[in-house]
Amino acid sequence: MEEPKKITNEAEAIQMLRQYNDDLLPRKFGIVGNTWTALLIIIFLTGVYCYTNQLRYGLSITGMRDFVFWGIYISNFVFFVAISLVGSLVTAVLYLLNIPWRAPLSRISEVIAVAAVIFAGLIIIVDMGRPERIVNMFLHGRIQSPIVWDVMVVTTYMTLSILLLYFPLLPGIAFCRDNLKGIPKWQKWMYNILSLGWKYSPEQYHIVKKAITILSVMIIPVALCIHTVTSWLFASTYRPGWDSTNFGAYFVSGAFVVGAGGVIAGMAVLRKFYPSYKTYLTDLHFDRMGKLLVLLTVVYAYFSINEYLIPAYKMKGEEAEHLHELFTGYYAPLFWSVQFFGMVLPIIVLLFKKGRKPIPMFIMAVLVVVGAWFKRYLIVIPTMSYLPIQEIPEAWKHYAPTFQEWAITLGSLAGALLIITFFVRFFPIISVWEVAEERGVSHETIYKHLNEGNEK
Amino acid sequence: MEDEQKNRRNFLKFGFLAAGLTAAGVALNKVASGDEGAEEKVKVLTADGRLAEVAKSKVESSESLSAASKHVRQGIPGRKFIMVIDLTRCKNARKCLEGCQKMHNFLPPVEWLKVKEMQDSELSGKYWFPQLCYQCDNPPCCKVCPVGATFKRSDGIVGIDNERCIGCKFCMAACPYSSRSFNYGNPKQVEYSKNHPLKSCHTMDPNMVGTVSKCDFCPDFGSKGILPACVRSCPNGVIFYGDENEDVVSNGEQVLRLKDLLVNNGGYRQFEVFGTKPRVYYLPPVNRLFPFKPDPVEHNQEE
Repeated sequence: MEEPKKITNEAEAIQMLRQYNDDLLPRKFGIVGNTWTALLIIIFLTGVYCYTNQLRYGLSITGMRDFVFWGIYISNFVFFVAISLVGSLVTAVLYLLNIPWRAPLSRISEVIAVAAVIFAGLIIIVDMGRPERIVNMFLHGRIQSPIVWDVMVVTTYMTLSILLLYFPLLPGIAFCRDNLKGIPKWQKWMYNILSLGWKYSPEQYHIVKKAITILSVMIIPVALCIHTVTSWLFASTYRPGWDSTNFGAYFVSGAFVVGAGGVIAGMAVLRKFYPSYKTYLTDLHFDRMGKLLVLLTVVYAYFSINEYLIPAYKMKGEEAEHLHELFTGYYAPLFWSVQFFGMVLPIIVLLFKKGRKPIPMFIMAVLVVVGAWFKRYLIVIPTMSYLPIQEIPEAWKHYAPTFQEWAITLGSLAGALLIITFFVRFFPIISVWEVAEERGVSHETIYKHLNEGNEK
Repeated sequence: MEDEQKNRRNFLKFGFLAAGLTAAGVALNKVASGDEGAEEKVKVLTADGRLAEVAKSKVESSESLSAASKHVRQGIPGRKFIMVIDLTRCKNARKCLEGCQKMHNFLPPVEWLKVKEMQDSELSGKYWFPQLCYQCDNPPCCKVCPVGATFKRSDGIVGIDNERCIGCKFCMAACPYSSRSFNYGNPKQVEYSKNHPLKSCHTMDPNMVGTVSKCDFCPDFGSKGILPACVRSCPNGVIFYGDENEDVVSNGEQVLRLKDLLVNNGGYRQFEVFGTKPRVYYLPPVNRLFPFKPDPVEHNQEE
């Protein structure tokens, strides 16, 4: 598989740009898209309703109790933070490395990152017993607390991610403004405001390029921080399974895996429902992302082995009890399925060229993402479940999320997917100018072409 | 410009004069009232055991510490509260935790003080192990609190400000002894809290839904020289409470020297390896007064 050839001829370039614009403008959803959106809205609103119940009756509506005091809200938070790291991976790392096939993927990954990090921020508030006191973080915030670090890096990452999504999107919004016909007034108005008077001039492109480079350099350390600090929320305690110096690297490596999985799943879905995207999200992209996913998963496997093998070698006290529960006890079926389907199987399948075709890739990506969600569950919950305590209600030791807790958690996942869905509906999910640039089309040509289009 | 400066100088002069006169007036007034002998006298016990009568203003009253003022965060001056739990005497009567629940208005199954069945190794015997917040001198909970809602006081107590707690539960994760409880808003508890307003509590209000609570070492009693609820409720004198600075602890029947008690009976603290430096010591369960009997009743089965 070869990368597409660079375009040198100007006429050819303009021809291609026209084709791009026809192919990549956002379109109205069909029946599948509308059903999907409606379903997400229903799940999201159910979650919101259950959260109002939680506000009224307190966290007693959840399955959490004094011993298992962090439940699926927290594991879901870790999941969101993890998947949001993909923004920095594809948009920033691959960009700075000048990887020649990354342009069509960058916006998909960035929108996943933004949606995930927004809901990471929201779900952590859902877990709080007193969400209305969040202002205390600013009035009485203590810099010694890892939670304060987490708030700082999550908000920084959110800001950088939104900018990194928005700046490259400016030409796209402007193009929607100028070329989408028959759209409602509010939509036109939205494009007008959001495009910030974009004129497609080479100077503007130059500024945006510069901004992207600066943001890409900035976001990489912040991305590492956000998940490392999230891991420290656990690693800074004395509890078996959390008390680990390996946790930062383990979390970050796992985050890149689930993020890459998320992007691959997104690519496959877009290709399925927008047949014209096949020209942009080609088999080459799946092949390269497949190879990347194998690399990331192997790194993750390395840190996983570190995380479990060495404590298992020593088998000391409470740590041994915890590991027994994971390896052979109550959590064993889930633990081994997650390891196999979320790590081993994807590595094996994606090592083969046939495995890196869109359909097997999609299946592997879904396995990776779902496996990653349950992996976070296994990181957060079992540690608190088995303590040498007598005469405590069973429900206190064995955590089982309640229906409302599931509804809120699923609502947050649906909310993140809704952000992505609405984005795809109203904005170009593949960046035309970046793809054109990747093919060697200069900004001057783009400028010329688009101004010519406007005159018509 | 010059006029303005002159004006200002005059104003300052006048101000100083006025302030000086006021201060003099206050001082005179004080001297005068002192002469009249209007101030209330209180009887106090001096360090060498004599009873003396002094002016009330000379005595620092513990009652002045009761409000939710900044004193609550500072602690009672000169005190270092400490506890010694004698494992040879415990027979799982569970009166301590019932007394605690009554005192602090919370319902089972929440227990600030738990009595656990312990067995250190296969061949050693079982014994009962009362456990509460150890008020650590190096408290991991205070270290991680994002808003300073849980704090270490000068008298050794780890307090919680339930008005400030945001309910993130990070302190519960940090505590290696799992001695913290969270008010999840259990409807029965909410109803009970409504009907039983807390009478006196220095550090925390466990009835506040969505916040963390734990054993607070009953500092409002300690400051008045009254023993905490758990100590008073225990029928076997298991729990000794006192002041490290005074080197004295008491279980209500005996008053013992702290150092002698710990040195001569092999006092130890739980999980010394964590470096948390608990303020609660245990005396090992040797030559126990009561043979270990498993609890016939299963407690706390209801959620």
